[in-house]
Amino acid sequence: MVNLTIDDRQLRVEEESTVLQAARQLGIDIPTLCYHEAIEPYMACRVCIVEVTDERGRKLAPSCGYPVQEGMVVRTDTEEVLEARKVIVELLLARAPGVEKLKELADQLGVGRPRFKPDKDDERCILCGLCVRACQEIVGVSAINFLNRGPDRVVTTPFDMPSDVCIACGACVQVCPTGAITLDGADTLIHSELDLGPPKAIHVPFAQAVPNAPVIDALSCIHAKTGNCKVCDKFCEPGAINHDMEDESEEIEVGSIILATGFEPFDCSPLLQYGYGRMPNVITGLEFEMMSNAGGPTGGKILLEDGKPPTSVGILHCIGSRDENYNEYCSRVCCMYALKFAHLVREKTHGDVYEFYIDMRAFGKGYEEFYKRCLREDVIFIRGKGAEVTDVWETPDERGKLVIVCEDTLLGEVRRIGVDMVILATGLVPRKDAVDVGRLFSVSRSKDGFFLELHPKLAPISTASEGVFLAGTCQGPKDIPDSVAQGAAAAGAALSLSGAGVIYLEPIASVIDDKVCGGCKICISVCPYGAITFDDEKKVSVVTEVLCKGCGSCASGCPSGAARATHFADEQIFAEIDGALTEVT
Amino acid sequence: MADGFQPRIVGFLCRWCSYLGADLAGTGRLQYPPNVVPIRVMCSGRVDPSFVLQALADGADGVLIAGCHPGDCHYQVGNYRAVARYNLLMRMLEQFGIEKERVRLEWVSAAEGEKFASVVSDMTEQVRRLGPLNWAAVKQTVPAE
Amino acid sequence: MDKLKFAIYWAAACGGCDVAILDINEKILDVAANVDIVLWPIALDFKYKDVEALPDGSVDVCLFSGAVRNSEQEEIAKLLRAKSKVMVAFGACACFGGIPALGNVSNREKVFRKVYHDTFSTVNTDTVVPQTRHEVPEGDLTLPEFYDVVKSLPQVIPVEYFIPGCPPPVDLILAAVTAILTGELPPVGATIASEKVLCDECERERSEEKTVTQFRRPWEFIPDRGKCFLEQGLVCTGPGTRGGCGARCVKVNMACRGCFGPPVGVQDQGAKLLAAMASLVASDDPDEIERIVGQIDDPLGTFYRFGLANSILGRVKS
Repeated sequence: MVNLTIDDRQLRVEEESTVLQAARQLGIDIPTLCYHEAIEPYMACRVCIVEVTDERGRKLAPSCGYPVQEGMVVRTDTEEVLEARKVIVELLLARAPGVEKLKELADQLGVGRPRFKPDKDDERCILCGLCVRACQEIVGVSAINFLNRGPDRVVTTPFDMPSDVCIACGACVQVCPTGAITLDGADTLIHSELDLGPPKAIHVPFAQAVPNAPVIDALSCIHAKTGNCKVCDKFCEPGAINHDMEDESEEIEVGSIILATGFEPFDCSPLLQYGYGRMPNVITGLEFEMMSNAGGPTGGKILLEDGKPPTSVGILHCIGSRDENYNEYCSRVCCMYALKFAHLVREKTHGDVYEFYIDMRAFGKGYEEFYKRCLREDVIFIRGKGAEVTDVWETPDERGKLVIVCEDTLLGEVRRIGVDMVILATGLVPRKDAVDVGRLFSVSRSKDGFFLELHPKLAPISTASEGVFLAGTCQGPKDIPDSVAQGAAAAGAALSLSGAGVIYLEPIASVIDDKVCGGCKICISVCPYGAITFDDEKKVSVVTEVLCKGCGSCASGCPSGAARATHFADEQIFAEIDGALTEVT
Repeated sequence: MADGFQPRIVGFLCRWCSYLGADLAGTGRLQYPPNVVPIRVMCSGRVDPSFVLQALADGADGVLIAGCHPGDCHYQVGNYRAVARYNLLMRMLEQFGIEKERVRLEWVSAAEGEKFASVVSDMTEQVRRLGPLNWAAVKQTVPAE
Repeated sequence: MDKLKFAIYWAAACGGCDVAILDINEKILDVAANVDIVLWPIALDFKYKDVEALPDGSVDVCLFSGAVRNSEQEEIAKLLRAKSKVMVAFGACACFGGIPALGNVSNREKVFRKVYHDTFSTVNTDTVVPQTRHEVPEGDLTLPEFYDVVKSLPQVIPVEYFIPGCPPPVDLILAAVTAILTGELPPVGATIASEKVLCDECERERSEEKTVTQFRRPWEFIPDRGKCFLEQGLVCTGPGTRGGCGARCVKVNMACRGCFGPPVGVQDQGAKLLAAMASLVASDDPDEIERIVGQIDDPLGTFYRFGLANSILGRVKS
């Protein structure tokens, strides 16, 4: 342990500490730019300068990297220190005049306009080296480094060539204090300010997650990719992070299964006419939901990409639904969520809201009343599906707006409505892996691709496979009350199976006549369920009735006629054929 | 080619897919020729080649076998058994001089009411063009007294 | 006691069944001691008119071998039916049609053209074919009518018992003859053989994973003597053939060909065999299935080798 004095306050710190770490322990705030807790100090920006008196005398030193010594005296608040810091910041601001963080720091310190002319107006890099060090120390791939000296110094890849080692992890972007580095093509970045894109590798999935603990996304984790980083480990005091956790595979025997695998939102990128992904401020329903959530990236505020609230919003219904080109069915939930959005936008921004609809499907309890309320709240309803969203302006007042083109069928004319933000009410589609999941459980799919129920009216939660039930949107688009009801029904059905104590089997199990069977074992080989075994004493094949599902493959494969498919036996089928071909006179 | 000839086609439909597909064609009020008489079996793998032969010998002009799409069989692999038996049967029927259009294997899922209707329409027309099969079976064994 | 009267006749036959009777070797003397044979064209000189002269029902047992494919055979079948108390279809040809029934892949016209015209060494520029009647100065010459279709014996006359096999094995013949001589006959309509299929008598090892990735022909390799033929990719009709022959062929490393006919309760042997062979195919890929199944040459001839006459379709459409 080491004793030192900072601003007349004494403290003891660990041997290997820096002056900055010691100062922070006392709650003293020293500004930094090129310092990051997870990275070795580089002392490049000099903003953290303080006065240090130790055995070598009194001098100004960058506190982020200066090691503590026994008996050292530090002053962070002398005039000399503050003057020095001001000049440092002035110089930095002169180099990179557009950086907001520098401007803030300058304002705090009382630095005015720099006396020096910048080389480039748009320079953002202050050569702090955080990105280089992050890539080297944390990620371990060293894709970028400093090039040249003096005024020509830049951060780039070797020979300025595209890097083969960069893993696009974004660590450099994260640590850069000035926003000088960006990650091109992060395709889920919608609002660049909001960053609705991929989270950090270690993150709590959402505020209401159970358990409410972070998880590591193995696909974006740098340690998983390069074997380095593990910065999270360094900061976790209880040491709760285990990077070596492996997927564990467990086999559990169950008697019934409920498929509640959900849906995917419709991907509206192919619908070029709406400009999603091409024009700013065109977002999907789910993205708006994330934005308006109090736990979301904007804290619940409705904001455009430039950070201002919209003065007008257009909500387009039936994107990808009720559409012969994509999905013919109605996604059921969108009209109501579109109304909810309209209400929220009115409430939070007082801006104009236009709803472009084909029909208003307000079928549930309180739904119609809510629709009426939105009407009273002066939401503007236009009956006509939004045909196009364009930024090509035809009149001066469309300038700067997103123009929604539609046919207003009640007025009988084509209209152009300019808004600040467009919300595409995208529908629900089956998950891409529904085919594979369905095959796994012998559940087929209806024409729309959702799982097929046994009977649309009388058995909406059962499937063709005994003991496999459906709940929620995997069976078809539905909203929360219906999903909950269906889930409860499925749980009830599954429980009643276990509660019964007996299972009822269809009486169509095959039977093998041991007087005829010669023991060729073809049936055993053919049975998909292993329901037939060989009796070594009698030298005949025997069906285990409870395992047999009655498919009849054994009967049609048995050349001796010993295997008989109960209720679908050869003689019964022959009789049916006979009947089918009897002429009725 | 007989004018006004109504082909008689026996259809073996599997209970979980094609039979339900046929049901769907019905509930959907789809219009299609009535020439296929359906016989329900649990799985297309139940269809014994002797059913096909018996139907043809008893006066059918064609036989349709319909099952679940490959990979979707309710009993996992039953429809693959149907494929194997159908292939071998078709090669043998060729030797018997029966046109291959008269016996068809189709995959129709429970959601494909329209496909069922179009398969039946198509096959009825094909068999109509081929004309009646009129298979005169050899006289059966007279039982002893 | 009067000696029993036996008639033994051959229709569309190869003579093997008659030779099989002689295979009982010295026991033929016992038979001769107890039995009067009233007709046996291969061995004895009785004429049809001798049979016609007999009272109806006076022949105790008729052993009829061969299928029926011309009018003479049909005539004599009917004659012998009238004269016999018990008619026995003797051998695969009489029981099911046998090898001659494979003639049903053809018809009279094609057969005549091939035999009397198309064969390489035949010169028949006027395409002369047998006629049923031909006038000569001395009178009319007649020949039996060659039928278009080959029939099994039960398709022509009622039959009491069936002894299958090509030819029937000696022990079965002896069993049948003994039963007749002692009067301990099984119920009418019975087949004198096993009630089970051949696999019951076969001693080869069978696994429960019977899957074939390739069908092979017998000439391609020498099969493993201890293992089921099906598992070696050879078509063996044993699972779909009645047993009782002692698995003679299998014991000398030849797969069964089905000469004992369909199992109990099965009418069409070929269709069941076809289904069974197809069930062995190991693949979930429809194209691969088609390829493997395509390796079975001549399904009709393979599966209906002995039973085409009794089959559901009966004959090939010409």
